[in-house]
Amino acid sequence: MKKVITVALAGNPNSGKTTIFNQLTGARQKVGNWPGVTVEKKEGKFFFNDYEIHLIDLPGIYSLSAYSIEEIVARDFILERKPDVVVDIVDASNLDRNLYLTVQLIELGVKLVLSLNMIDVAENRGYHINHNKLGELLGTPAIPTIGTKGDGLKELLEEIVKVKEGKESKLRSIPVPLGREIEEEILKVQQKIEKNSRLSKKYSPRWLSVKLLENDKDIIEKIRYSQYGDKILEQVEKSRNHIMSIYNEDPETIITEQRYGFIDGAVKESTHWTKKDRITLTDKIDKVLMNRILGFPIFFLFIWLLFQGTFTLGGPPMEWIASLVNWLSHIVEIHMAESLLKDLIIKGVLGGVGGVLIFLPNILLLFLGISILEDTGYMARAAFIMDRVMHAIGLHGKSFIPLIMGFGCNVPAILATRTLENKRARILTILINPLMSCSARLPVYVLFAGAFFKKNAGNIIFSIYMIGIILAIIMGQIFKKTLFKGESAPFVMELPPYRVPTIKSTFIHMWERGSIYLKKMGGIILVFSIIIWFLGAFPTNGGISFKYKDELKKIDKVYENKIEEAKKLKSQKSTQIIKNLIKEKEEKK
Amino acid sequence: MGKEKMEKLLTLENLRTGDEGIIIKILGEGNFKKRLLEMGFIAGEKVKVEKYAPLKDPVEYMIKGYHVSLRHEEAAKILVEKV
Repeated sequence: MKKVITVALAGNPNSGKTTIFNQLTGARQKVGNWPGVTVEKKEGKFFFNDYEIHLIDLPGIYSLSAYSIEEIVARDFILERKPDVVVDIVDASNLDRNLYLTVQLIELGVKLVLSLNMIDVAENRGYHINHNKLGELLGTPAIPTIGTKGDGLKELLEEIVKVKEGKESKLRSIPVPLGREIEEEILKVQQKIEKNSRLSKKYSPRWLSVKLLENDKDIIEKIRYSQYGDKILEQVEKSRNHIMSIYNEDPETIITEQRYGFIDGAVKESTHWTKKDRITLTDKIDKVLMNRILGFPIFFLFIWLLFQGTFTLGGPPMEWIASLVNWLSHIVEIHMAESLLKDLIIKGVLGGVGGVLIFLPNILLLFLGISILEDTGYMARAAFIMDRVMHAIGLHGKSFIPLIMGFGCNVPAILATRTLENKRARILTILINPLMSCSARLPVYVLFAGAFFKKNAGNIIFSIYMIGIILAIIMGQIFKKTLFKGESAPFVMELPPYRVPTIKSTFIHMWERGSIYLKKMGGIILVFSIIIWFLGAFPTNGGISFKYKDELKKIDKVYENKIEEAKKLKSQKSTQIIKNLIKEKEEKK
Repeated sequence: MGKEKMEKLLTLENLRTGDEGIIIKILGEGNFKKRLLEMGFIAGEKVKVEKYAPLKDPVEYMIKGYHVSLRHEEAAKILVEKV
């Protein structure tokens, strides 16, 4: 039996966390959702020496405050499920801000290993990090890595094992100093918490105290109904007021400043940088891609490429799948005896799931495009360029791509909203997406416009599209004021440096999302196809269709009699009369 | 606060491309303030205005060596001293 180590991967967005996760687990990963929330959960298993490592990829987060669902998910996992080791992936070229999460992990008192990722980029920028020194100062081992090349990952795994076995001497829990005044208040709150033995056994009392002073809503609710809860919160209130009277600023601000102060100190002592104010490649690329005049045309060119790539390149494989489904139906048709089960397989299963399966090429291609846009760092720029327009209708710049894809097909477009981090923005974008007229509706529009507005058919079709967009804007506003009341998400969006994505990572990224679609097809879509088939097939005898058949028989009989009579006339006229009667009969039907 | 200092006290929204400012204080409260603080917008930190979006909003800033974008309404809540 191999020993199992549970490892949680934590890190900022754009820290290369996903790349490392993919490098370590390869294709052996399981994608799902965290229970109860629409946040992607990725897990993978692999063997290293004598160990079986269970790797859980936590959502990319900047902090462990209960600011977003992602942060709550990550925090709860660490607090409640207590992984053996937490690996914090840190972007070494953006050390200060990335270490903020690290400091919070240190405060949580977890067994931590730092991965100083993209160390090559940091070196190129002129940051020379003494990782041993940094690790020593933070009280956690730090391993330099280059995720895209797989460098340092073996050392990282060795370190994980060492920490798990308690053989790492660099790992020591050091309290992050928060300043004399704050420390005094922490102690006071801590004393009250320690009276509740259940609470202080489960969580670190110091950590709870800091979180309470920071006015962390999630923790306050946890404490409120526990033993001595009111006493603890009373002390918190007193301490917060005391801190505010001294600093003339709320405690969360002071605590954040202290944490950054601690980081500053550690970074200054462990790194030195040689080059200064060098214009990076990213700056040069941005000069063109985000140019005031060129920015929009280039953006629309990319969108056009994405659109064409998804729907034009996706066309032929779509037809292949369609003919495959037809072929399967045909096989069933020939080889199965007439029965309800046969009808279910052909109309329910193959008709329902097959009808959705044909979108798979579209979805894979769209996600390939989106993965490239995301992994290179252009997606954030697209949101930056489009935000002014989208914000006017109450959305985020990132909503633009899912909405524009809706004109091609709403199915992949709605799936593309997975790129939106904010849940409210995501649901809002999904809700108004069907108002973007997809390409499958165009033939229907053409038919109706041609039938009812012969002269103005073109204008009518154009106006249907425009009305859809206007309706989307109006519905967006209504939803925002009713279903999604409250604080809207601030647009504090990082613009990461441009990066060349690895092919492996991009394809895994694409497949992850495409496979979610496939899973849905095996599950919910299959079930609903069968339900819809059931509603159509039953009742088998009687009902409207039964009456309809009766009517048909009656008509047939009436006309047969008439035709018989006409034949009896045996005149020249009779053939003409018979012809007319047959025509009349068909019309009546 | 002296009159001279008042004149230099601006919000981040007032700064133009290429300008640099030192953060004095974040106005506002709740999640928004907390998020800005955690992203490194703390008192004493230097911010540089990198560029405006083609439609003027949002604006790209550089702080703590990384790039971040804020809308005007958000930048208006950050008090800075121009340097």
